[in-house]
Amino acid sequence: MPSHLDNEQSMVAAAQAGDSDAFVALLNQYSRRIYRLGLSITGNRQDAEDVLQEASLKAYSAIADFRGDSRFYTWLVSIAVNEALGKLRKRALWKESSLDQPRENDEGSYIPLEIESWGEDPEKACLTHELQQILAEVIQKLDPKSRTIFTLRDVEKFSIEETAKLLGLTIPVVKTRLFRARLKLRDELTRYFGKDARNAMPTSRR
Amino acid sequence: MPAMRCRQVVDKISEYLDGELDPELVQELERHLEHCEDCRIVVDTTHKTVEIFYRTEPAALPEDVRERLNQMFTERFHK
Repeated sequence: MPSHLDNEQSMVAAAQAGDSDAFVALLNQYSRRIYRLGLSITGNRQDAEDVLQEASLKAYSAIADFRGDSRFYTWLVSIAVNEALGKLRKRALWKESSLDQPRENDEGSYIPLEIESWGEDPEKACLTHELQQILAEVIQKLDPKSRTIFTLRDVEKFSIEETAKLLGLTIPVVKTRLFRARLKLRDELTRYFGKDARNAMPTSRR
Repeated sequence: MPAMRCRQVVDKISEYLDGELDPELVQELERHLEHCEDCRIVVDTTHKTVEIFYRTEPAALPEDVRERLNQMFTERFHK
Protein backbone atom coordinates (compact mmCIF):
# COMPACT_ATOMS: atom_id res chain seq x y z
CA MET A 1 0.00 0.00 0.00
CA PRO A 2 1.40 3.47 -0.84
CA SER A 3 2.65 5.13 2.33
CA HIS A 4 0.35 8.17 1.99
CA LEU A 5 -2.65 5.83 2.10
CA ASP A 6 -1.25 4.01 5.08
CA ASN A 7 -0.80 7.37 6.74
CA GLU A 8 -4.32 8.32 5.69
CA GLN A 9 -5.75 5.21 7.31
CA SER A 10 -4.14 6.10 10.62
CA MET A 11 -5.40 9.68 10.34
CA VAL A 12 -8.92 8.41 9.63
CA ALA A 13 -8.68 6.06 12.62
CA ALA A 14 -7.52 8.95 14.83
CA ALA A 15 -10.34 11.19 13.54
CA GLN A 16 -12.85 8.41 14.22
CA ALA A 17 -11.52 8.14 17.74
CA GLY A 18 -12.36 11.83 18.23
CA ASP A 19 -9.06 13.53 17.32
CA SER A 20 -10.30 16.73 15.69
CA ASP A 21 -6.79 17.80 14.65
CA ALA A 22 -6.43 14.59 12.68
CA PHE A 23 -9.72 15.33 10.94
CA VAL A 24 -8.66 18.87 10.03
CA ALA A 25 -5.31 17.58 8.77
CA LEU A 26 -7.12 15.03 6.59
CA LEU A 27 -9.49 17.65 5.28
CA ASN A 28 -6.71 20.12 4.55
CA GLN A 29 -5.17 17.63 2.14
CA TYR A 30 -8.27 17.78 -0.01
CA SER A 31 -9.89 21.13 0.65
CA ARG A 32 -8.68 22.79 -2.55
CA ARG A 33 -9.88 19.85 -4.63
CA ILE A 34 -13.28 19.97 -2.95
CA TYR A 35 -13.45 23.75 -3.50
CA ARG A 36 -12.59 23.29 -7.20
CA LEU A 37 -15.24 20.59 -7.46
CA GLY A 38 -17.83 22.91 -5.89
CA LEU A 39 -16.78 25.77 -8.14
CA SER A 40 -16.90 23.64 -11.29
CA ILE A 41 -20.37 22.32 -10.47
CA THR A 42 -22.04 25.45 -9.07
CA GLY A 43 -20.11 28.03 -11.09
CA ASN A 44 -20.22 30.33 -8.12
CA ARG A 45 -17.55 31.15 -5.50
CA GLN A 46 -19.96 31.63 -2.62
CA ASP A 47 -21.68 28.33 -3.36
CA ALA A 48 -18.30 26.62 -3.71
CA GLU A 49 -17.28 27.89 -0.27
CA ASP A 50 -20.62 26.75 1.19
CA VAL A 51 -20.14 23.32 -0.39
CA LEU A 52 -16.67 23.04 1.16
CA GLN A 53 -17.87 24.15 4.60
CA GLU A 54 -21.06 22.10 4.64
CA ALA A 55 -19.39 18.96 3.26
CA SER A 56 -16.60 19.33 5.84
CA LEU A 57 -19.06 19.60 8.71
CA LYS A 58 -21.12 16.67 7.47
CA ALA A 59 -18.00 14.56 7.04
CA TYR A 60 -16.88 15.49 10.55
CA SER A 61 -20.26 14.51 12.03
CA ALA A 62 -20.37 11.26 10.07
CA ILE A 63 -16.72 10.19 10.26
CA ALA A 64 -17.60 7.38 12.68
CA ASP A 65 -19.82 5.88 9.96
CA PHE A 66 -17.04 5.90 7.36
CA ARG A 67 -16.35 2.21 6.75
CA GLY A 68 -13.10 2.47 4.86
CA ASP A 69 -14.33 0.41 1.90
CA SER A 70 -13.60 3.42 -0.31
CA ARG A 71 -10.90 6.06 0.02
CA PHE A 72 -11.62 8.90 2.41
CA TYR A 73 -11.43 11.33 -0.52
CA THR A 74 -14.03 9.39 -2.52
CA TRP A 75 -16.33 9.45 0.46
CA LEU A 76 -15.76 13.19 0.94
CA VAL A 77 -16.45 13.86 -2.74
CA SER A 78 -19.76 12.02 -2.59
CA ILE A 79 -20.82 14.25 0.32
CA ALA A 80 -19.64 17.38 -1.51
CA VAL A 81 -21.42 16.39 -4.73
CA ASN A 82 -24.70 16.08 -2.82
CA GLU A 83 -24.20 19.52 -1.32
CA ALA A 84 -23.38 20.99 -4.75
CA LEU A 85 -26.41 19.36 -6.36
CA GLY A 86 -28.53 20.82 -3.57
CA LYS A 87 -27.31 24.29 -4.59
CA LEU A 88 -28.12 23.64 -8.25
CA ARG A 89 -31.58 22.33 -7.40
CA LYS A 90 -32.29 25.32 -5.22
CA ARG A 91 -31.41 27.58 -8.14
CA ALA A 92 -33.47 25.33 -10.49
CA LEU A 93 -30.34 24.56 -12.51
CA TRP A 94 -30.63 20.78 -12.27
CA LYS A 95 -33.51 19.81 -14.46
CA GLU A 96 -34.62 17.44 -17.18
CA SER A 97 -33.95 18.56 -20.69
CA SER A 98 -34.12 17.12 -24.18
CA LEU A 99 -30.46 16.10 -23.75
CA ASP A 100 -31.66 13.50 -21.24
CA GLN A 101 -33.93 11.75 -23.74
CA PRO A 102 -31.83 9.29 -25.72
CA ARG A 103 -32.88 9.35 -29.36
CA GLU A 104 -32.51 6.46 -31.76
CA ASN A 105 -29.86 6.72 -34.46
CA ASP A 106 -28.54 9.83 -32.89
CA GLU A 107 -25.74 8.79 -30.59
CA GLY A 108 -24.30 12.05 -29.53
CA SER A 109 -24.49 14.29 -32.55
CA TYR A 110 -21.95 16.95 -32.02
CA ILE A 111 -20.31 18.56 -35.00
CA PRO A 112 -16.79 19.74 -34.10
CA LEU A 113 -16.44 23.40 -34.95
CA GLU A 114 -12.71 23.87 -34.61
CA ILE A 115 -10.56 21.56 -36.71
CA GLU A 116 -7.08 22.65 -35.92
CA SER A 117 -4.24 20.80 -34.25
CA TRP A 118 -2.82 22.32 -31.09
CA GLY A 119 0.45 24.13 -31.28
CA GLU A 120 2.83 24.01 -28.39
CA ASP A 121 1.86 21.82 -25.45
CA PRO A 122 -0.49 24.03 -23.33
CA GLU A 123 1.40 23.07 -20.17
CA LYS A 124 4.53 24.56 -21.70
CA ALA A 125 2.79 27.46 -23.43
CA CYS A 126 1.30 28.92 -20.28
CA LEU A 127 1.93 29.18 -16.58
CA THR A 128 0.05 26.85 -14.24
CA HIS A 129 -2.20 29.59 -12.88
CA GLU A 130 -3.04 30.70 -16.43
CA LEU A 131 -3.99 27.16 -17.33
CA GLN A 132 -6.08 26.83 -14.16
CA GLN A 133 -7.89 30.04 -15.10
CA ILE A 134 -8.57 28.91 -18.69
CA LEU A 135 -9.90 25.52 -17.58
CA ALA A 136 -12.12 27.11 -14.93
CA GLU A 137 -13.49 29.51 -17.56
CA VAL A 138 -14.19 27.03 -20.32
CA ILE A 139 -15.90 24.49 -18.09
CA GLN A 140 -18.47 27.16 -17.24
CA LYS A 141 -19.50 27.19 -20.91
CA LEU A 142 -21.18 23.82 -20.29
CA ASP A 143 -24.64 23.57 -18.75
CA PRO A 144 -24.61 22.61 -15.03
CA LYS A 145 -25.53 18.96 -15.51
CA SER A 146 -22.95 18.38 -18.24
CA ARG A 147 -20.16 20.08 -16.33
CA THR A 148 -21.00 18.05 -13.22
CA ILE A 149 -20.77 14.83 -15.24
CA PHE A 150 -17.52 15.92 -16.91
CA THR A 151 -16.02 16.93 -13.56
CA LEU A 152 -16.82 13.62 -11.90
CA ARG A 153 -15.76 11.45 -14.83
CA ASP A 154 -12.78 13.28 -16.31
CA VAL A 155 -11.42 15.39 -13.46
CA GLU A 156 -12.16 13.14 -10.48
CA LYS A 157 -11.91 9.94 -12.57
CA PHE A 158 -15.03 8.23 -11.31
CA SER A 159 -16.25 5.49 -13.67
CA ILE A 160 -19.32 6.09 -15.84
CA GLU A 161 -21.30 3.79 -13.53
CA GLU A 162 -20.14 5.57 -10.36
CA THR A 163 -20.89 8.96 -11.93
CA ALA A 164 -24.39 7.84 -12.89
CA LYS A 165 -25.00 6.48 -9.40
CA LEU A 166 -23.72 9.59 -7.62
CA LEU A 167 -25.93 11.82 -9.74
CA GLY A 168 -29.01 9.60 -9.92
CA LEU A 169 -28.83 9.52 -13.72
CA THR A 170 -28.93 6.66 -16.21
CA ILE A 171 -25.74 5.44 -17.86
CA PRO A 172 -26.91 6.46 -21.39
CA VAL A 173 -27.60 10.00 -20.16
CA VAL A 174 -24.15 10.21 -18.57
CA LYS A 175 -22.47 8.88 -21.73
CA THR A 176 -24.30 11.19 -24.11
CA ARG A 177 -23.66 14.28 -22.02
CA LEU A 178 -20.04 13.33 -21.40
CA PHE A 179 -19.47 12.90 -25.13
CA ARG A 180 -20.87 16.36 -25.90
CA ALA A 181 -19.08 17.95 -22.98
CA ARG A 182 -15.72 16.62 -24.11
CA LEU A 183 -16.21 17.82 -27.67
CA LYS A 184 -17.51 21.21 -26.61
CA LEU A 185 -14.54 21.70 -24.27
CA ARG A 186 -12.22 20.58 -27.06
CA ASP A 187 -13.70 23.30 -29.29
CA GLU A 188 -13.28 25.88 -26.54
CA LEU A 189 -9.69 24.89 -25.74
CA THR A 190 -8.77 24.83 -29.44
CA ARG A 191 -9.64 28.53 -29.47
CA TYR A 192 -6.83 28.98 -26.97
CA PHE A 193 -4.36 26.30 -27.95
CA GLY A 194 -4.92 25.77 -31.67
CA LYS A 195 -2.01 26.68 -33.92
CA ASP A 196 -3.82 29.80 -35.13
CA ALA A 197 -5.59 30.46 -31.84
CA ARG A 198 -7.82 33.51 -31.82
CA ASN A 199 -8.15 33.83 -28.05
CA ALA A 200 -5.31 35.57 -26.34
CA MET A 201 -3.83 33.93 -23.27
CA PRO A 202 -4.87 35.65 -20.03
CA THR A 203 -1.42 37.14 -19.84
CA SER A 204 -0.02 36.65 -23.24
CA ARG A 205 3.22 34.72 -23.51
CA ARG A 206 2.72 33.86 -27.15
CA MET B 1 -18.57 -3.43 -44.79
CA PRO B 2 -18.72 0.22 -45.89
CA ALA B 3 -15.90 2.40 -44.60
CA MET B 4 -16.61 4.44 -41.49
CA ARG B 5 -17.49 8.05 -42.18
CA CYS B 6 -16.24 11.10 -40.28
CA ARG B 7 -19.57 11.58 -38.56
CA GLN B 8 -19.47 8.02 -37.22
CA VAL B 9 -15.90 8.48 -36.02
CA VAL B 10 -16.89 11.58 -34.08
CA ASP B 11 -19.92 9.79 -32.59
CA LYS B 12 -17.66 7.01 -31.28
CA ILE B 13 -14.89 9.25 -30.00
CA SER B 14 -15.82 9.14 -26.30
CA GLU B 15 -16.12 5.35 -26.18
CA TYR B 16 -12.91 5.04 -28.18
CA LEU B 17 -10.99 7.20 -25.70
CA ASP B 18 -12.48 5.28 -22.77
CA GLY B 19 -11.43 1.95 -24.35
CA GLU B 20 -15.05 0.84 -24.43
CA LEU B 21 -15.38 0.31 -28.17
CA ASP B 22 -15.60 -3.19 -29.67
CA PRO B 23 -12.24 -4.27 -31.13
CA GLU B 24 -13.76 -4.51 -34.62
CA LEU B 25 -14.96 -0.92 -34.45
CA VAL B 26 -11.58 0.20 -33.08
CA GLN B 27 -9.91 -1.31 -36.14
CA GLU B 28 -12.36 0.38 -38.48
CA LEU B 29 -11.98 3.70 -36.71
CA GLU B 30 -8.20 3.51 -36.79
CA ARG B 31 -8.27 2.63 -40.49
CA HIS B 32 -10.29 5.78 -41.04
CA LEU B 33 -7.83 7.84 -38.99
CA GLU B 34 -4.95 6.67 -41.17
CA HIS B 35 -6.27 8.59 -44.12
CA CYS B 36 -8.38 11.36 -42.52
CA GLU B 37 -6.36 14.19 -41.03
CA ASP B 38 -9.39 16.11 -39.75
CA CYS B 39 -10.58 13.16 -37.69
CA ARG B 40 -7.04 12.54 -36.45
CA ILE B 41 -6.95 16.13 -35.21
CA VAL B 42 -10.33 15.86 -33.48
CA VAL B 43 -9.41 12.57 -31.77
CA ASP B 44 -5.99 13.88 -30.71
CA THR B 45 -7.25 17.20 -29.34
CA THR B 46 -10.18 15.53 -27.54
CA HIS B 47 -7.70 13.20 -25.88
CA LYS B 48 -5.54 16.20 -24.92
CA THR B 49 -8.61 18.01 -23.55
CA VAL B 50 -9.43 15.15 -21.20
CA GLU B 51 -5.77 14.80 -20.17
CA ILE B 52 -5.22 18.44 -19.42
CA PHE B 53 -8.24 18.70 -17.13
CA TYR B 54 -7.04 15.66 -15.22
CA ARG B 55 -3.40 16.67 -14.98
CA THR B 56 -3.75 20.30 -14.02
CA GLU B 57 -3.55 20.70 -10.27
CA PRO B 58 -6.32 22.73 -8.65
CA ALA B 59 -5.44 26.28 -7.66
CA ALA B 60 -4.60 26.88 -4.01
CA LEU B 61 -7.58 27.52 -1.78
CA PRO B 62 -8.15 31.30 -1.64
CA GLU B 63 -6.68 32.60 1.62
CA ASP B 64 -9.98 34.07 2.89
CA VAL B 65 -11.80 30.80 2.18
CA ARG B 66 -9.15 28.86 4.11
CA GLU B 67 -9.37 31.29 7.03
CA ARG B 68 -13.15 31.00 7.26
CA LEU B 69 -12.92 27.19 7.08
CA ASN B 70 -10.40 27.10 9.92
CA GLN B 71 -12.50 29.59 11.87
CA MET B 72 -15.55 27.37 11.43
CA PHE B 73 -13.69 24.39 12.87
CA THR B 74 -12.18 26.39 15.71
CA GLU B 75 -15.65 27.53 16.75
CA ARG B 76 -17.02 24.05 16.40
CA PHE B 77 -14.32 22.36 18.44
CA HIS B 78 -14.27 24.90 21.27
CA LYS B 79 -17.96 25.05 21.93
